[in-house]
Amino acid sequence: MEIGLNHYLILSTILFAIGLVGIMRRKNLLLLFFATEILLNAVNIGFAAISHYYGDLTGQMFAFFVIAIAASELAVGLGLLIVWYKRHGTIDLDTMTSMRG
Amino acid sequence: MEKYLYIALFAPLVSSMFSALFTNGPKKQFVGIIASLLIFTAFVSSSILLTHILGGGEVVHVEMMTWMHTGNLYIPFGFVVDQISVTMMMVVTLVSTIVHVYSIGYMDHDKGFNRFFAWLSAFVFSMMILVMSDNFAGLFIGWEGVGLCSWGLIGFWFHKDIATWAANEAFIMNRIADLGMLIGIFLVYWNTGSLQYDIAFPAFANLDTSTLTMIGIFLFIGAMGKSAQFPLHTWLADAMEGPTPVSALIHAATMVTAGVYLVIRSNELYSLIPHVGLFIASLGAFVALFAASMALVNRDMKRVIAYSTLSQLGYMFAAAGLGAYWVALFHLMAHAFFKALLFLGAGNVMHAMHDELDPFKMGGLKKVMKGTWIMMTIASLALAGIFPFAGFFSKDTILEAAFAEHHMVIYGVLVFTAGLTAFYSFRLVALIFHGEERYKIFGIHPHEAYKFMLIAMSPLLILAMIAGVFQEPFFNMVEEILGAMEYHIHSHVTVWIMLVGTQVFVGLAILFAYKKYSSWSTVPDGSSPMENSFIYKLLYNQYYIPFAYEEYVVKPYNEISAMMWEVDKKVVDASVDGIANIFYTTGEKTRDMQSGNLSTMLKWMVAGTVGLLSLAVVFGLAARYSDEILAILSGLGV
Amino acid sequence: MFEAVAFYLFAFLTIAMFYITVTTAQALYALTALAAGMIFISAFFFILGADFLGAVQIIVYTGAVMALYAFGMMFFDTTRDVKEKNGNKFIVVSLATLAAVMIVAIFMAPIVSTNMQAFYPAIEGIGNTQMVGVVLFTKYLIPFEVAAVMLLVAMVAGIVLAGKKMDLSLTKMSAAQIKEIEDKDKKVLS
Repeated sequence: MEIGLNHYLILSTILFAIGLVGIMRRKNLLLLFFATEILLNAVNIGFAAISHYYGDLTGQMFAFFVIAIAASELAVGLGLLIVWYKRHGTIDLDTMTSMRG
Repeated sequence: MEKYLYIALFAPLVSSMFSALFTNGPKKQFVGIIASLLIFTAFVSSSILLTHILGGGEVVHVEMMTWMHTGNLYIPFGFVVDQISVTMMMVVTLVSTIVHVYSIGYMDHDKGFNRFFAWLSAFVFSMMILVMSDNFAGLFIGWEGVGLCSWGLIGFWFHKDIATWAANEAFIMNRIADLGMLIGIFLVYWNTGSLQYDIAFPAFANLDTSTLTMIGIFLFIGAMGKSAQFPLHTWLADAMEGPTPVSALIHAATMVTAGVYLVIRSNELYSLIPHVGLFIASLGAFVALFAASMALVNRDMKRVIAYSTLSQLGYMFAAAGLGAYWVALFHLMAHAFFKALLFLGAGNVMHAMHDELDPFKMGGLKKVMKGTWIMMTIASLALAGIFPFAGFFSKDTILEAAFAEHHMVIYGVLVFTAGLTAFYSFRLVALIFHGEERYKIFGIHPHEAYKFMLIAMSPLLILAMIAGVFQEPFFNMVEEILGAMEYHIHSHVTVWIMLVGTQVFVGLAILFAYKKYSSWSTVPDGSSPMENSFIYKLLYNQYYIPFAYEEYVVKPYNEISAMMWEVDKKVVDASVDGIANIFYTTGEKTRDMQSGNLSTMLKWMVAGTVGLLSLAVVFGLAARYSDEILAILSGLGV
Repeated sequence: MFEAVAFYLFAFLTIAMFYITVTTAQALYALTALAAGMIFISAFFFILGADFLGAVQIIVYTGAVMALYAFGMMFFDTTRDVKEKNGNKFIVVSLATLAAVMIVAIFMAPIVSTNMQAFYPAIEGIGNTQMVGVVLFTKYLIPFEVAAVMLLVAMVAGIVLAGKKMDLSLTKMSAAQIKEIEDKDKKVLS
């Protein structure tokens, strides 16, 4: 059975959905970061697959930049997380209610 | 010449602005002086323009700037000084200069001294716009401006309920009439495509009579309101609640003649529709008689003069309606002089009598107020039309015009009214200045007005005496633009009989008034048989018209308003509140969304993303398959 | 055949790992599962012929990102169970699925509807790494440099945020002050 672009895209969809579920149900900020990594990787699979099946390197290029962004987001995010933890002793999402309307 | 035009137009505005700066402060003498000087400047400029026009100079026509320019509509701020407007400018600036100077004395002890000059000068500015505009839109601005200033000045003593009531009455009645005027202006634009006089009037010749009749009637409705013609006349008598200089300037000399000015300005229109003209003339004659009859018995000095104004406006409309536009304009001018004089004299008397208005409580004032007595007597003579004063020339020409046009009923009414005019004017003079000093019962110590007030009035006195000599030059000036014709009655004998007959009739009326009232000794208390007669009551209550308005217009209107208020509460308010409530409840219900819980927010964010994405997908599909969708829709018969 | 087997195998493994990541109550399990998932994803890149991307995926994610997470977790109390939200699971899952399907649909729409032309077609006989290098340093040079700057900024930001005494400027302090601070630190350590 030939594996086509659709297979990869479906896989990408499933992984993206798992990432979104994680984003919505996780309360621990660190685990929330994990979920965002899943999202980014799901998209990366899609990019790489499209790049392969159309013989175009643009998809791979985008995947590289996504990885770069993921890395920098992580660096800043973790830094902020640590600052927050030092101040409040917790990284529970429910405790962050200063934006209450 | 444009320079003088702008000076004449804007000096009153500057004066008004300047005075307005001090409205909150205490009385400042220099405000009145500077305002008077600025108005005098406008008067000088107008005089220069008049000599220019009289000398056969060209009509001054300027376009200051564009006001509206959209599509086919083009309305500039344009001003024109031609024979008609220069006459009006002269009347307005001359009378207002005198009234300004007079007011310095009259308002001497008033708290609103500075405010008074701000309003008064603003009125002059509006009036100048009204008469100088070269299009209907500008005329309408001035029209509304004088209405506003009239409101502010009638209600100048706003702490008096009656004054505010009278101000509102005048304003509302004028709004009713202005609606008609506005419709007339719209019709002009609709049918001719322009509001400029010099474009619209020539275009009237190509319109059919019914359209022209409509335009003429609607414009005349506006004129009726401003000039207080029947049935919109009641506000003028009530407007006498304002300070007397205001009555002299606005409600005698200038603003109320704006309606006459409108008819004269639109003479090219009214010449095309003589049947409307005849209606105007008939209404004018009727109002002349109607107002004069009410003036016969009234016991309020200012109201008597107001009714006489009304009556004289009737004369002007009668003349204008018969096509004798120049006669109407001439009477307007002459009337402005002697009527302003009469009012200012009445103001002096009021001052002397501590705001007492009932002439039956005066009497014998000629001993203490000699100057005022002479002025008012001469003004009354001019009003009555006695040779050689101003009224003789203007009023007699109106009578001749009516006679020459073979409208004998109008002629008869006007002659009879002339007799009534003479009677009530001299009834007033006799009661105020002659006979016993009845005021002593009331413990009043009258005194003559300031000398400078009398000096300020003297130009009016002179003009009231000699204005007749201007008839020839005036005729020559306006002949060109008003298509004027002199009214020649073929037989010289007839002319002489008419002249002498009228004079004798008027003279007899004066003598009768003197005989009856100059030795009056009591203050009527409503017990004499004459006062209880039906006619006296009818006239004294102004034919019960204000009563009828109150009973059959105001009260039903109030009731309808009360009813509508209920409707408003239940329908309009309820729906507005309902809409507001929807937002309130939505906000209350959706408040939980903004719990500040980031996890919930993330969920909402995802939900929003899904919503937007589905929109994108739907529209993308719709765009992609638009042809197919259209085919399906047309198949369904949409 | 081999390709299909590899695809299904790794698809299953990836999904399983990520599922564990988002559902487990143990932070350490989640971390481990995420690291494993990242490595399995690189397998897809190798299958798809994007060798360089696969290598980068392993190095960056498993090497750098996971190590950072591991260090980060040392700050936090990760031994106790993570409390989860007890929301409506149906809503969460359906929203996630819908959003994922939509995104894919939008990405697919231009591919399906028109014949897409390759901007930078892969050339036969040249290795993937070489190709990537050529494209990256010609067509995407500026984004590449920007990404480099961004990483630098992120690095600085991370250090500033996480580091100690970052509000002090040693260059502006006198030698005595620095000495004082050092002494204080030594006391704390000893």
